[in-house]
Amino acid sequence: MRVTPLGLHCEPGGFFIDPIRPVDRAVVSHGHADHARPGHGAVLATAETLAIMRARMGEGAAGRQQQALAPGQVVTQNGVRVWLRPAGHVLGSAQICVEWRGSRIVVSGDYKRRFDPTCAGFEVEPAPDVFVTEATFALPVFRHPPAEAEIARLLRSVALFPGRTHVIGAYALGKAQRVIALLRAAGWERPIYLHGALLPLCRLYESFGVPLGELRPATVADKAQLVGAIVLAPPSAIADRWARRLQDPVVCLASGWMQVRQRARARGVELPLVISDHADWDELNRTVDEVGAPEVWVTHGRDDALVHAMAQRGLRGRALHLVGLGEEDEGGEADPAGGTGGTAGEPAGSGAASGTAIGAASGAASGTGEGTA
Amino acid sequence: MSLPRFAALLDSLIFTPGRNAKLALLRQWFAETPDPERGVGLAALTGELAFSAAKPMLIRDLVATRVDPVLLALSHDYVGDFAETVALIWPPRAGVNAPAPDLADVVEALELTPRAELPALIAGWLDALDATGRYALIKLVTGGLRVGASGRLARLALAEWAGRDVAEIDEVWHGIRPPYLPLFRWLEGRGERPDPGGAPVFRPLMLAHPLEDADIAALDPAQWRAEWKWDGIRVQLSAAAGGRRLWSRGGEDVSGAFPEIVEAMEFHGVLDGELLVIRDGAVAPFADLQQRLNRKAVTPKLMRDFPVGVRLYDLLFDGAEDLRALPFDERRARLEAWLARVAPARMDLSPQIAFAGFQQLAAIREGARAASIEGLMLKRADSPYVAGRVKGLWWKWKREPLSVDAVLMYAQRGHGKRSSYYSDYTFGVWQPDGEGGEALVPIGKAYSGYTDQELAWLDRWIRNHTTSRFGPVREVEKALVLEVIFDAAQRSSRHKSGVALRFPRIARIRTDKPASEADRLETVMAFIEHHPAEGTGTAPRGS
Repeated sequence: MRVTPLGLHCEPGGFFIDPIRPVDRAVVSHGHADHARPGHGAVLATAETLAIMRARMGEGAAGRQQQALAPGQVVTQNGVRVWLRPAGHVLGSAQICVEWRGSRIVVSGDYKRRFDPTCAGFEVEPAPDVFVTEATFALPVFRHPPAEAEIARLLRSVALFPGRTHVIGAYALGKAQRVIALLRAAGWERPIYLHGALLPLCRLYESFGVPLGELRPATVADKAQLVGAIVLAPPSAIADRWARRLQDPVVCLASGWMQVRQRARARGVELPLVISDHADWDELNRTVDEVGAPEVWVTHGRDDALVHAMAQRGLRGRALHLVGLGEEDEGGEADPAGGTGGTAGEPAGSGAASGTAIGAASGAASGTGEGTA
Repeated sequence: MSLPRFAALLDSLIFTPGRNAKLALLRQWFAETPDPERGVGLAALTGELAFSAAKPMLIRDLVATRVDPVLLALSHDYVGDFAETVALIWPPRAGVNAPAPDLADVVEALELTPRAELPALIAGWLDALDATGRYALIKLVTGGLRVGASGRLARLALAEWAGRDVAEIDEVWHGIRPPYLPLFRWLEGRGERPDPGGAPVFRPLMLAHPLEDADIAALDPAQWRAEWKWDGIRVQLSAAAGGRRLWSRGGEDVSGAFPEIVEAMEFHGVLDGELLVIRDGAVAPFADLQQRLNRKAVTPKLMRDFPVGVRLYDLLFDGAEDLRALPFDERRARLEAWLARVAPARMDLSPQIAFAGFQQLAAIREGARAASIEGLMLKRADSPYVAGRVKGLWWKWKREPLSVDAVLMYAQRGHGKRSSYYSDYTFGVWQPDGEGGEALVPIGKAYSGYTDQELAWLDRWIRNHTTSRFGPVREVEKALVLEVIFDAAQRSSRHKSGVALRFPRIARIRTDKPASEADRLETVMAFIEHHPAEGTGTAPRGS
């Protein structure tokens, strides 16, 4: 397994994992745009992820040849065995497990450990030789509170300000559906109004058996109906021109970054909701311990803190500088300007380790050997 | 469970930009919180509680015993605010199952606990709280509670919640102490109104309406008295057996910032006047007074460099005698006699201006260009001193504003209802760039004056002419001229341009004027003199 400018490359298998540019053969962990890019030749992913890719990119761009793989099924390519395990991040999200000549590497993609009724929960693939983990919230200041408590705060605010509209910024894939499901579980049975960009993926979730209750487009609703209502919109729309149609809105944003006050204030958020689809600090550390790999590669996020914390416990970790990840969903929030460049903890286009093989899945003592896994 | 409830209120107030929403949150607190917590919380929000026992260093030492230093440094680096970093990073302790402390218990313990026992006490509280609670606790014990809820706003919320006039609450407010049990008893109809007794309480101020040209015709000159409108800060001097206080316009205690005034208050009574920096009898510009504002304590050097005095214009109480029902003329006579009799240091009389008609008065108003004068005050001869802004009794008649044509440089999103609009504008004027050309230097920021239509137009223009973005701020093409009006220009060492404008606002969008013809810095600097060079200062560049 090699790190290349395109992403993780499995040389013997001839495929890339979550490549950032079109390749012949891609294995895709989940449907967020920084992991699932258009224009690949063959794409291997869960059926849900493939459906999400088709819905977002159109039939033509979501891979010329699509192969759905259910969790637990194994495909073999040039002697390399590949299978998927649920990652608990969004609908269809999976960890990618790769085995060649008896050594095994697990690429987590993005994951969380909390219960989420809209997707299958994270499963530990025990004791691989290398575990590649995300690190979006890898600082000990990130301990996500229970999402149910955040929804309770939202509903208290709705009760306190009955003449205002609560507009919640939520990413179109995953966060929006989870917030809706949490609201339903908390007893909110009234229609939930949606920005046009959120509707297609909500319908797709429903087609996979995730009930979301009555959803209505916010754009055609009678303005008076939105008074006292809950409206969901992409984060870019909540404090922009789109939101002007709403009655004295209470601007809310559902994101793990909302834990930090300055982040919330910079976004003009009145009610920050700390709801994340990523593992928090404790969950990242617990996951690393539970997986029990002798070597852990840390990618997109705050690798420095996690690598340090693992070293304190005698675990070998290394920072893996993958370019282009963390640009959709919460990873992109790290850029306060909300721009498109730059990733969570790395300068845009940084490729310190790009093109260099930094480790071998054979469990070699160090990562200095050329990619011979 | 009261500390977590208080922490939730604090958090909501921090994030809520709208005044009405803040009032709603406070009303809810008063309605739903039991005594004594609601009063202690009120005192904490309005800055009535001050603890000196726990310094930030104590928190630093505590967290160092619980958290790896590298992780703490990385986290502090990321979060920025140290109290927030500690609140978030404080590790949960296995086996700790203590209930969260009560706010009132925390306050009491902070006052009674010996210093040596404080660290263990605070650590125990931090263990029993969640991140929001820890943040509130740390801000509370280190005295860093700033939530954008002034005492004024809190009293207004009390008034709204209880269905009372805020002036009624203002009058008793400073005679009562946390947790304000008699106040809540009275507001809930369970007791008498608290009697301030000999306390130097704040008496709600009488305020003036702006005078429009259309109003003047209806006025009979014989019934009106004129004074200068000074560009200082309005203060109330209140001295009684129970002490001395200097109150700001909104009823905040500013005694600590102006000890020399308090020292000079060797009398019993309540007076209304303007606090000014006065050197050798001449009033200094407002910028000088600003050096003395928002300070809890002052240094001898500040007091020497920026000497303050009060120009008095009304007498509300002479000793314990309430004069507020008397007509203005009678109060004025009492004030003049009182000053002659008591002759306090650092205080003088705001003179009355004789005039025969309003035309003459208008000429006097326009002639007075001193930076220390904003215009005129008109007071009806028979007006009693009544709280608030009662129309037809007092008028403020500001002189025409100064004006400059400036170039829009940066725009920032507003707050609350304006959060989707670029509504805060930084503007600049031309100055030599040292290389034979001209460059823009920012001279101020304005976020009012425009109509809704103009705001929408500006918002669109800004979005279409953005050259770069810095978070909520956009830099724009230097191509749009705004006519900015302001009350005065003052020399300022804190601004790159060397000038600060008083109350700048947007008067017009000058799409007819190319940016190169906007004003130059020297035109703006000319306004700093007591008399402006000429007219409205829209001289074209290079003329």
